[in-house]
Amino acid sequence: MIVQPVLVVAAALFSLGIYGILVRRNAVMVLLSIELILNAVNINFIMFDAMLADTMMQGQIFTIFIITIAAAEVGIGLAIVLMLFRNRQTANINEFDLMKW
Amino acid sequence: MEIFEIVTYFILLGLISTAIRVVTTSNVIHAAISLVFTLALTAILFLILSSEFVALVLVLVYIGAVIVLFLFGIMITRAPLGKNAELDNDKNKKLGAAIAGSIFLLFSYILINGFDGEVTIASGSSTELLGEILLTRFIFPFELVSFVLLAALIGGITLARKDEALIDKDQV
Repeated sequence: MIVQPVLVVAAALFSLGIYGILVRRNAVMVLLSIELILNAVNINFIMFDAMLADTMMQGQIFTIFIITIAAAEVGIGLAIVLMLFRNRQTANINEFDLMKW
Repeated sequence: MEIFEIVTYFILLGLISTAIRVVTTSNVIHAAISLVFTLALTAILFLILSSEFVALVLVLVYIGAVIVLFLFGIMITRAPLGKNAELDNDKNKKLGAAIAGSIFLLFSYILINGFDGEVTIASGSSTELLGEILLTRFIFPFELVSFVLLAALIGGITLARKDEALIDKDQV
């Protein structure tokens, strides 16, 4: 199996996630786009692990760590969004301008 | 092994189309469901690349837990369900597409020129070896990540708890 198509598709998922972060207005949708980016990184790690046939399997191990950190990140992120929603009655990130003069 | 290559190309096509749907659909629930399909296709790709433990972890943690959390978040923040034009920031659309497109072009140029290899699809399981390596060579990061999970648990509870002192009465 040739490596490049999978890597290019992973790059496409990464840039789609960037697009989602920049364009989406709802904070939950931004978190969904971040998941897309992390997924692209996971695909790259597993593909290089299979390509190099690493005896230490570092690609797979890193992927497991990334999945764990992503789960923690989603929990914290949704808690922050929930708190912002409770205080401001909206989840649109362009309305959170407390730090802007 | 010819059949695996054909299946892989279909999976890659599906990945692209579902990921586009995640970032362009105007329906919140459809975006979450499309992410489920993206992750499921990724899990199948991992299975083809003979990393079955990671594929199962992906299905359990992402599709089982994270997506449910997202659906709860969508429900609790009362994001308008159904078709909704307010979801996108139209001002940023052209700039976002330009930035994402240039990142994609740069990455694919580097990846196509820099890496040239073939993957031989092996049969057999790698889970036993993976567990052994994870609990010997990588035991310190493994313990560290459990601490991070504990911190996230406590932080999530602390943040989401209703605390009267933290609510700004003037802003509400």
